[in-house]
Amino acid sequence: MPPAIEAEDLHKTFTGKQTVHALVGVSFAVDEGTVFGLLGPNGSGKTTAVRVLTTILRADQGSARVLGHDVVRQAGLVRSLIGLAGQYAAVDENLTGRENLVMVGRLNHLPGSFVAQRARELLVQFDLADAGDRVLKTYSGGMRRRLDLAAALVARPTVLFLDEPTTGLDPQSRNDLWAVIESLVEGGTTVLLTTQYLEEADRLAGQLAVIDHGRVIAEGTPAQLKAELGATVLEVGLENSDDAARTRPVLDSLGPHTANQNGNVVEVTVEQGAEAAMGALRSLDQLGITPASFTLREPSLDDVFLALTGRRTEEEPHQDGGSSRRPGTPAPTQGGTR
Amino acid sequence: MTATAAAVPTLSGAPHATGVARRVRWALSDTWTVTRRNIIGYTRIPESLFFSTVQPVMFVLLFRYVFGGAITAPGGIPYVDYLMPGIFVQTVAFGSVSTSIGLAEDLQKGLIERFRALPMARSAVLAGRTTADLCRNIMVVIVMTGVGFLVGFRPSTGVAAYLAGVLLILLFAYALSWGFAVIGLSAPNSETAQVMSFPLLFPLTFASSAFVPVHSMPSWLQGFATYQPVSVTVSACRALMIGGPTASWVVQSAAWSVGLLLVLTPLAVWRYRNRT
Repeated sequence: MPPAIEAEDLHKTFTGKQTVHALVGVSFAVDEGTVFGLLGPNGSGKTTAVRVLTTILRADQGSARVLGHDVVRQAGLVRSLIGLAGQYAAVDENLTGRENLVMVGRLNHLPGSFVAQRARELLVQFDLADAGDRVLKTYSGGMRRRLDLAAALVARPTVLFLDEPTTGLDPQSRNDLWAVIESLVEGGTTVLLTTQYLEEADRLAGQLAVIDHGRVIAEGTPAQLKAELGATVLEVGLENSDDAARTRPVLDSLGPHTANQNGNVVEVTVEQGAEAAMGALRSLDQLGITPASFTLREPSLDDVFLALTGRRTEEEPHQDGGSSRRPGTPAPTQGGTR
Repeated sequence: MTATAAAVPTLSGAPHATGVARRVRWALSDTWTVTRRNIIGYTRIPESLFFSTVQPVMFVLLFRYVFGGAITAPGGIPYVDYLMPGIFVQTVAFGSVSTSIGLAEDLQKGLIERFRALPMARSAVLAGRTTADLCRNIMVVIVMTGVGFLVGFRPSTGVAAYLAGVLLILLFAYALSWGFAVIGLSAPNSETAQVMSFPLLFPLTFASSAFVPVHSMPSWLQGFATYQPVSVTVSACRALMIGGPTASWVVQSAAWSVGLLLVLTPLAVWRYRNRT
């Protein structure tokens, strides 16, 4: 069975006010019926990759196939097989929820009776039945995002592309959306998902590629990535940089990972969170250091980046993956134990 | 996967069918879908209803009752009869700005991104927008005809000639829509699209024969003001609606509109294709 999605050596450079190498030889393959996570910070090339795979944008070099069909030469066929939901809910503000779904159905060339039935189904499934005949201007951000996803599903696509589906959503809406995506995958849909949140990739994706500056810099299952990283991050905040400097060797000694000092904060990834925390507190107590804060949390995308590239994601605020009209997205919110 | 996919029926042709007749049929169907969506949108945006109806009515009242007394129409005809064909053309010209605003908004909101990933006809996004604007202009011309009658406009050439004048106005408006589509596709957002549109519109509509006779303008302006497309179309409509030598103006107006369409349509399509 050929992969559901195949990207082969994709290159894309945007020229304009500044030249942006959005994709520099990106390759990956996604098996049918699985969720593939494309993980990376803003401007890493995630969106550009999705736009190439969904036939919106043509790559300068390389090729891509969806269910074995070339995205350039068989673009029409590919479009009839895929669904796309974007970071910015691409729905029509002046239409009602139902009208939006019906419009997308008609533009998918589906018969009217089927479209009407499907719109009803989706409104119920996405908890929008009561709001279905209201104009979108009255919808909340979460409702719009749900409708956007529903619109992507009107034609029952076998391959679904989700570009940062939960960016900017509150935790409740995010959990709801995750549940919907999980139920779709149970139904056999192949999903390619881009995200800035390691937690999201971990929860949904079976296979991950970490992308940075248009290159895939790591690939594997979430478990493999986290094993490389250590399961938990221990973060100690100190009163001053002097204390921080004295704390650093303490956290280093927990091993096997090296501790990083960032101002008055020292952090280290560890395998056994609770055990490491006890050891660290004991040593700090002996040294007479009282931490200002003491946190155990799951690794974030930032930690992945630090481990993989030795630098933090915030160092790259520019480069927008080529779509300059999109505003920056908020920094990742970190889930986990505090 | 196959179980759910099989539940999706397709109409007599698969969406990716290559038969020319099928493709044309789908292109028309998609254009209609997008047109409908835009018309529904217009009815739900209060600003757009204001711009299409209240603003032109204000122009009629302003020129009919405030400025009109100071303006002498050539040939001794009542000023209101001179004015109304000008108002018609000015109204549809101003209205065509909504083509640029609408497209810029669709780009900004990511809706065009969604359209591009759908198996719909590529042409339907632009054609659906300009067709919706044409429909809106038809409505506007009907409303303005009513308003004209209320303030004393009395066309004297018969229904057929009047309708021919209306057709000429609609053709011109349709051509302008494609021009403003180019602007909408070039602007970073809808506000800029609007700002970019007005410097073009003002000289076209006011340095024209729409409101005042051209011979009252300085001589250096008269050449432009006589032969630019708004003036030519206004002159053709005046001839068709209230009488006078007709053929030359009608031919010139139609030539302008067709010429603009021939240049602007490919330009808009090119902008649409190359906008990344």
